[in-house]
Amino acid sequence: MSQADLTMQGHSAGMMTDRPFAIPTKKLAMWLFIIADTMTFAACLVAYGFLRNATPDWPRPFHSIVNVAIMTFILLTSSLTMLIGVQTAKAGDKAKAFRWTMITALLGVVFAVLHIREWLGLIGEGMTLFKNPWGTGLFGAAFFTVTGLHITHVIAGVIALLAVGLRYKNGRYHADDLEIVGLYWHFVDLVWMFVVPFVYLLNLAH
Amino acid sequence: MATVAEQKNEGMGKYLVVYFCILALAALQFVIAYQNITAAQMFRRMLSVAVVEAGVAVMFFMHLWSEKRGFLLFVVVFTIFVLLAMQFGWTDSFRLTHCGGYCS
Repeated sequence: MSQADLTMQGHSAGMMTDRPFAIPTKKLAMWLFIIADTMTFAACLVAYGFLRNATPDWPRPFHSIVNVAIMTFILLTSSLTMLIGVQTAKAGDKAKAFRWTMITALLGVVFAVLHIREWLGLIGEGMTLFKNPWGTGLFGAAFFTVTGLHITHVIAGVIALLAVGLRYKNGRYHADDLEIVGLYWHFVDLVWMFVVPFVYLLNLAH
Repeated sequence: MATVAEQKNEGMGKYLVVYFCILALAALQFVIAYQNITAAQMFRRMLSVAVVEAGVAVMFFMHLWSEKRGFLLFVVVFTIFVLLAMQFGWTDSFRLTHCGGYCS
């Protein structure tokens, strides 16, 4: 008798077979991960807010909104392309679904490149984790932590899109798997909706 | 009965509307950034817009709206509870702002 059979004996059949909220297990796992990750980002943003509020000489180094506006547009559009990919996968059009998933990954790469270019610009102006030419040194640590955590998620998302997309194309994964990686991608987009106003727009030089 | 292609087009139409709504809300945040208001007012307005934007994305892009109501309640109530619990530090932040951390 296997360990799984022994475990089954301790529970009623209903407890072992019913899926919580009638959601597929992988999807529920992704939702639980998203809830946990929401807390991580929320903690970072609340800590950032605490520092910004309590520090009188908080810098306002951003002179232009063009770069962040383009990055926002790209990330929001990538959520739409992801949705199209999932919809076409559910309709059974494998080639199109794979193409839209790769377009989403490409938009993620463009976003990451623009983000890194912005980082390099700020580093070039003298901003590091501990000092900057405009005000309190806390700004660099806070900025790089929040945006760094986000760009890490974007890069992880691009890798996940490539891996799941290729396996979907090869027939190892199904439309449901694309939907699950899509949930993660929408979450990355969702976090950006809070990072933009608090980290960029509230620190615009007027 | 609608064909799969018709259902797909209908779904795409809905997603396009949601996408343009989210784009408009994101643009609104940029407009707020150039308003001549205090930082506190700007923060409140931007937070309100971001919450609506995120809510629309979670409900329609992430399909939470079409999941079972029990799951929707689980996600929303649990997340809001923990997010609210994280706000305990603000009083200390304002204490530092108003008296440099030296008032009792």
